[in-house]
Parts: sequence; structure tokens; C-alpha cells
Amino acid sequence: MSIIEEKQTSSSTIPTQPSRTKKYVAAFMPPLILGAGVIGLWYYISFGLLEEKRRFLLRPIHSVIDVGFLDGDNRSESLQALWSSTEVALIGLSISIGLGFILAILMSQAKFMERAIFPYMVTLQAIPILAIVPLISFWFGTGQRSRVVVCVIISLFPIIVNTLFGLQSAERGMHDLFTLHHANRLTRLRKLMFPAALPAVFAGLRISAGLSVIGAVVGDFFFGKGEAGIGQMLKKHANRLQGEELLSCVILSSALGVLVFWLFGVLQNKAVGRWHEANSATS
Amino acid sequence: MDKNLNTSASLSFDDIGMIFPDGTEALQNISFDLSRGEFITIVGPSGCGKSTLLKIASGLLEPTNGNVTVDRERLGYVFQDATLLPWRTVSKNVELLAELHGTGIQERKKLVQESIELVGLEGFEDHYPKSLSGGMKMRCSLARSLTLKPPVFLFDEPFGAVDEITREHLNEETQQLFKQEGFAGLFITHSISEAVFMSTKVLVMSARPGRIVAEFDIPFEYPRKPDLRFEADFAELCGKVSVELRGSHS
Repeated sequence: MSIIEEKQTSSSTIPTQPSRTKKYVAAFMPPLILGAGVIGLWYYISFGLLEEKRRFLLRPIHSVIDVGFLDGDNRSESLQALWSSTEVALIGLSISIGLGFILAILMSQAKFMERAIFPYMVTLQAIPILAIVPLISFWFGTGQRSRVVVCVIISLFPIIVNTLFGLQSAERGMHDLFTLHHANRLTRLRKLMFPAALPAVFAGLRISAGLSVIGAVVGDFFFGKGEAGIGQMLKKHANRLQGEELLSCVILSSALGVLVFWLFGVLQNKAVGRWHEANSATS
Repeated sequence: MDKNLNTSASLSFDDIGMIFPDGTEALQNISFDLSRGEFITIVGPSGCGKSTLLKIASGLLEPTNGNVTVDRERLGYVFQDATLLPWRTVSKNVELLAELHGTGIQERKKLVQESIELVGLEGFEDHYPKSLSGGMKMRCSLARSLTLKPPVFLFDEPFGAVDEITREHLNEETQQLFKQEGFAGLFITHSISEAVFMSTKVLVMSARPGRIVAEFDIPFEYPRKPDLRFEADFAELCGKVSVELRGSHS
């Protein structure tokens, strides 16, 4: 008896301690090593490969931080631009979510709706933004409204596809159960199809959230009227060969993209983490 | 609508035939009655149309021939899969049907607690289906139907996916529920011992198109003890059913 107990306690306490540390090491070491490698390569290119007068092509990382982030004027200008683009991304994403949900629900209710709407969604998705820039500026001007339109076009599709897929993912047997007990359309939607759709909806939201940032920056690049966003900043700094400021804007816009992606990951975990089988590891 | 007050049968099949749109004939001339106090099990080879018959009984499918008479308002129906909603806890899953029927919240909670106790899932009320074993999922599914206090209870091969020992336990519990709750049971399986152990009557169905080819009354008294499976009478009856089943196969 006592031997068995001893064995159990010793085996349950000792291996957990190093395994937790190991887990953290296993999780954080690879990206840290790769990150260090990238920074090393960056310095090597800046100082090793580029001569003095061509160094604006890739400024060393410390001067990017120095000029782009620590310089007060530059920083407040970039942050203002970032906020303007964030606004566009948020408005665009909200419209995409609303529109995407409505279209996906319509398509989930009748096969002919799906057949009617889906091809146009694919087409909309396939249009190169560059090709319709002139049209957008005809119809919506060159201000914030056009930036939002670009953002919606870019971020709409993943929400529609994933929401529709999610709404259709409830098993046949579950639908039978609701049929047997005379559930009406709304009850079926509310108690079966919506909850079943949630994991896929969040997968779509995460993709679209990232895309909405890209859409906002691209939109800003083409339609610069009014408050300057990150796209305009990128354009300005590129024209003036301001490598540090340019890179700091790139970093800021990627950080925004990562932030919204992560935010929706957290939301997803809160909403479906308790019951969904495939709990994503990256959040 | 489907109520037929002239007969004492809770569920009756009258010359049911089923031909699917693709031309396969699934069922032919099925006629029998199921009354209160009866537990009828249909055994038959896979794909003989047993499940189709239950779908017809429940109204999920319309037969191409014949009539079904049954009160569908409070029909118990357990599927091959537990079909639990993964986003609901055990107690919320059990509550679902009462919710769909518009039962008041107080009454609902009471029914849920009773049903969970009947199937022995106390202590698991707040668990999500992903953390339950196959047997426990099935228990939860049973409890869900029990909240309806069904006069007629359909079982579509519910214990096919659980291991042998769990299955025997579930068989014992099902026949207890049958006695306690007093529903009329119609059970589908391809396990002969399961059929003989639980039922008052076993029907043997032939391969496609499904027809009833033999009928056995099972005389053993309830409650049936696990040891019944080792008795000579039990083995003999199983043997007879088996012979009919083999005959129907060829």
C-alpha cells in the first residue's frame, strides 16, 4: 500500500515541474530564435551589404525606433494616421460583419438564395481592387467613404463563407430532433444553427479582422482626401525616401493587424472555448 | 390528428410499404400493433429498413403505402448517435425538448432533475458533451426524451456504438425504465441477446425489402436480472431468433 502511494505521489509531483518550464521553452524559444535571426540579418543588410548612400533602403532597427517611434513629432503624426486607419477598419469591419451575417443567413434559409447570391460574392471577391478604384472614386468620392468601401470589399468574403458554412454545419440528426418537436424556423436558427455556426463564424471573423486593416491601408493609399491614414503616410515617406518613418508605419499597421487578430481569438475562446472540440492553440 | 381512440394500441402500423425515390424498396407489408406495457424489439440485418420504419413512425418520413397511427405529441425517440448539442451542458441538453414544447421554466427544471436521476447522471449536470463517454452521452440522450414522459418510446439502435459491458448495463437500465415509466417501447437492434433481454416480443425482419418474417413472445418476468443471460431458456430463445435471422438473410 505505502509503496504504491509513495510511487504515485512522487510520480505526480516531480515530472510536472520541469514539464511546465519545458512547455514555455518549447512555445517561446523557436519564435525568439527566429526573431533574433531576422534582426541579425537586418543589421547585416543595413551595415554589411548596403553602402552609406543606399542605406535608406533598409535603415538599421535602432534608428527606425529612434526616428520613427521616439521622435515626438513623427510619433504623434504616425499615431494620428494609425487612428484614422483604425477608424476606417472598424467601420468597414462592422459593415462587413452586418452585411455578411445577413447574406449568410439568407443563403442558409433557401437553396435558391444561395445559388442566386453566391456567384456574385465570388465575383466581388475576385475583382482586383486596383481595377475598380476609378469607379469607387466616381461613386463615393476620394474621402473616408471610399476607404471604407475598399475595406468592406476586401473583408466581406471570409465572413460570408465561414458563416454560411457554420450555419450549415449542424448535423442531420440534430435537425431531425428539431423537426420532430415542431421547432419553427426562428427557433431552429436561434437554438441550433447559430450556436453550431459560432466556431466557423469566429474563424471567419479573425481572417476578416486582419483583412479589414489591410483594406483600410489600401483604401487610404488610393483615397487620401481628408485626414491622412497609414496609407498616405506610407506614400509620403516613400516619396521622400524617409526609410525610418516608412518602416515605422509598416510596423504600426502590422501591429494593428496582429492586435485585431488576437482580439478576435480571445473573443472566440470566451465564446466557444468551453465546448468546442478543436481549441485553437494560437491565440 | 393521428390519434385513434378506437384501438388500445399506442402505435400501430397498417400495411406499411416504403419505396424510395431511387427505386429501392425498403419496407413491405409491415403490420403490427404496439400497446402500453409492451416492449417490442425488431432485429434484422444491417440496411434492412429498420431505421426507416422508426422514421415513418415518428413522421420524419412519409410511407409510400399504408398508415401509421400514433400520438406524436410526446414521442420519445433516441437516435443511433446521441445527437447532443455540444454547446449545451448535460442539464441544458436534457432541457431542450421541454423548451421546444414551451414548458414553463419551473416545470422544466423539475423534469430535468428527475430525468437526470433516472439515468444516473447526477453530478454531471454541468459537463459538456465533449467530456462524456459514449455510454454517458447515450444516457443523456435518454434523459432528454424522458422529460417528455413519452407514452411511446422509439429506440433506433442506440447502444450500437458503446462497449459490451456498458451496453449490458444500459440494457438493464432500459428495461427498468420501461417498467417504471410504463411507456410502450419499440427498439431496433441487430444484437439478438439485447433484443431478448429487454423485450416482451421480438420481431425478426428480413433483408431488403424489410418484412416481418418471425415473431417471438419473450416470457421472462420483469425486472430481469443480469444473470438471465446465462440461463438455458434465454440461450434457447436467442438460438431460435438466430435461426430465423439466418434464414431471412439468404
